[in-house]
This record gives sequence, structure tokens and C-alpha cells, in this order.
Amino acid sequence: MLRRLSIVFSFFLVAGVAIAQEDVLQVVIAEPFIEMRTGPAENYPIFFVVDRGERIDVLQRRTTWFKVRAERGQEGWVNAEQLQQTLQLSGAPVEVPSFTLADYADRNWEVGALYGDFGGANVISVFGAFSFTENLSAEVSYSDILGRFSNSQMASVNLVHLLFPEWRVSPYFTLGAGIIRIDPKGTIVAGDDRVDNTAHVGIGVRTYLTRRFVFRAEYKTYVVFTSRDDNEEPSEWKAGFSFFF
Amino acid sequence: MEGRVLFLLLVVVTTAASSGCARFRASAEADASADVQGQPPVIEPDLERREIEVAAIDTEDFEVGVFAGAMSIEDFGVSTSLGARLAYHITEGFFVELAAGASEGGETSFERLSGAAQLLTEDERSLRYYNVSLGYNVFPGEIYLGPQRAINSTIYLIGGVGKTSFAADDRFTLNFGLGARLVPRDWFAIHADIRDHIFDLDLLGQEKTIHNIEAHIGVTFFF
Repeated sequence: MLRRLSIVFSFFLVAGVAIAQEDVLQVVIAEPFIEMRTGPAENYPIFFVVDRGERIDVLQRRTTWFKVRAERGQEGWVNAEQLQQTLQLSGAPVEVPSFTLADYADRNWEVGALYGDFGGANVISVFGAFSFTENLSAEVSYSDILGRFSNSQMASVNLVHLLFPEWRVSPYFTLGAGIIRIDPKGTIVAGDDRVDNTAHVGIGVRTYLTRRFVFRAEYKTYVVFTSRDDNEEPSEWKAGFSFFF
Repeated sequence: MEGRVLFLLLVVVTTAASSGCARFRASAEADASADVQGQPPVIEPDLERREIEVAAIDTEDFEVGVFAGAMSIEDFGVSTSLGARLAYHITEGFFVELAAGASEGGETSFERLSGAAQLLTEDERSLRYYNVSLGYNVFPGEIYLGPQRAINSTIYLIGGVGKTSFAADDRFTLNFGLGARLVPRDWFAIHADIRDHIFDLDLLGQEKTIHNIEAHIGVTFFF
């Protein structure tokens, strides 16, 4: 009976070890040592050092930090540069994927938020973009325009042509059309809500910051096709951040 | 006589040694050739290695959660506030946050003193806001719960822009604040925040910039 139990037990033990090995990435320390911090940032203290030749399990990632487990069970965080210098069990170097400017050219999607001024009113925009090529992308954008005399919501589609995607700072041109709903503030200006079509052209600058992050600033000039004799021609500038994936 | 015996012994020993060496060398060569021919070594490592790429490691840069607290709406008293937030951690220092919240304005002193006069209807008292903010973890650290346990923590500064709908109007709103994030588990955090929502209100005769302080506590989950 005892023997049967021990066989069953050892089976589970072996199975458990096998599962653990399959699920976790193990790497071997190749530098003299690797430093484990208590948290995923440079400011957290180093509390443990793993020596050359020992293995660590890599458990999860946050920004550029990896949570690892040492052979004796200590868990802590190491940064991407240190992990990059470890070896896989096969002896091959570890490749830590990191995003660079070159990855921006390969992006499919980009989402972001911008803030600025639209004809004297505050504007907050969110947008999503899909890239056809490294230069050309299509954007859908929604803006809340909050002014003293009226509030508006605007939705638009834009084509964006990025001139030098391989440059860290690159200018771009944009062209698009949309629809705007203008809601005059009742207490100051009498008037009904109205919905008008818009068209716009603009120029901007995109600056690659870090990882998946991009800063952009742009200037656009709009034509709002009103039902009155004159069209309105507000201009807009705004700046904000986006990230790509 | 003695010399002959010694000579014979020497011959025997030399022959034996040389033949032994030859046999040893032959067997060593045989082993080597067997290896070359692909015969299995005596001990075979029974280890199935699966290469896992670092790219497959679970990346948890997003944080989503809810919060509850109290919001002081200038002139309209203090009310309960509720909200939700989504954050993306860009680097170890910076994060962006999208938040939305709701509260309700109470009665102003004027309304209470005058008795019947009401500045706003019940519907107009509801306050809704959203904002997009950029945060920075200024003081990462640890909180010690006794000698054995420590919880990672961060004090962060945050500020951004957004929209507040209150008193039947939408207003552009700036927000600034200070928060603390405690991370008891790698996937779970507790937040305590103080946030000032600043917007212009022209309800009481003249337009003025009002500060609306909100204090809330929340939980978030990393994914």
C-alpha cells in the first residue's frame, strides 16, 4: 500500500516538475551577477543578487521590468538590460523585445488623445488610426469642443501622410472631412443646435518618444459648411500623445 | 645467472605492458568510433526543453479599476462620488489615465436660506466628468507591515484635461492631484487619491473659476 502511494506521489511530483518547466521561461545568469529589486523601478532597493551560472524563472513583465524567481524562491524585479545579458538553457542569448523607432514603421494601429484650441474654444480629441503603409494612415477622430458661447462635438475621418517615418521627428500632412454638432449655450446665445459638415487640411509633427509612445502636435484649418451665407473657417492647434501596436 | 633472470623478467613485463596498452588503445578507439557511428551515450538527459520566447512573457502594463469617495462641488456641498479608470504604464515613471466619474450637487446656502427658490432641477444637479491625464510616480517606496511584510507603494502626481457636465452644461475641466498606489499583489493595487477639478461656472450671476476637490479610494487590477 505504502509503495503504491509512493508511486502515485512520485508520479505527481514528476508531473508537477514537468508542468513547471513547460510554463516558465528559465534563463541562466551569464554576467557575474544579476540584481533583483523589490519593485519594478530603479528607485526600489536591490535586495538579492543571483550569481553567474544560476537559473532564474521569468514570470511577468511590467514596462521594462521583469519579475523573476531565483532558484531558492526569492522573487524580485530585474530590468530589461540585465535580462538581455542572460542565456537561454540552450546557450543562446536571450532576446528581450523592445520597441524602437523602427517598430513604428511596422505599426498597424495607433490610438491617442490630443488637447488644444479650436477657434478659441478648448478641444479634447481622441483618435484611432490604421496604417496602410509606413507613410500613409487613416484616422477616425472624435472631439469635444468646449467654449464660452457654445459646445460642439465633432467626428471626422482623416488621411495622414507621414513624410519621414524613419526619422525620430517627422512632419506630416493631413486632410479630412467630418461632421460637427454645435450647441450654443442657452444663457448667453439664443439658438438651436445645428449639424454641419466640415472639411480640413493640416500639418503636424510626430516625435517618437519611447517604447510604444509618440508625441504629436498639429495645426488644422477647417471649413464649416453652414446653412447661412458665410461659411465659418476656424483654425485648430493641438498636441498630445499616442501609442501604437 | 641473476642478470639473465632480471632480463627475462624485464622482457615479460615490457611485453605485457605494451600489449595491455595496445588493447586499451584499441578499445578506446572502438569507443570513439562507436560514438561517431551515433550509438547512444550511457546517460541520456531525459529533459524535454521547450524554448519560450521573452516576447511570450505576460506583459501587464494596463491597470483598470473603480473608485468611490466624496466630491466637494463649490457652493453645492459635498456628495458621494463614484468612478472608473483605465491606466497605461508607459515607463516605470510615467502613466496615462482615462477616468470617468459621477457625483451630485446638493443645495447651495442661498437655496437653503431662501426656502423655496431652487437654482437647479434635480436632473441638473447630477455631475458627470471624464478626463485624460498624465501621471508620474514621484516617490516609489515600500510600506512595512511589521518586520516580515512589505508592500510596494508609490506616490504619484497627476494632471490632465477633461469635460464636466453639471448644471445642464458641459465645461472644460482641468484636474490636478496627488495619489498613492499600494501594490499588495503584482496584479492588484489599492489607490487613494485627492484630485482638484477646476472649471468655470457662471450659474450664480457672474462667471467664476471653481475648485472641486474630490477624495477617493479605489482598487485596480493589472492586466
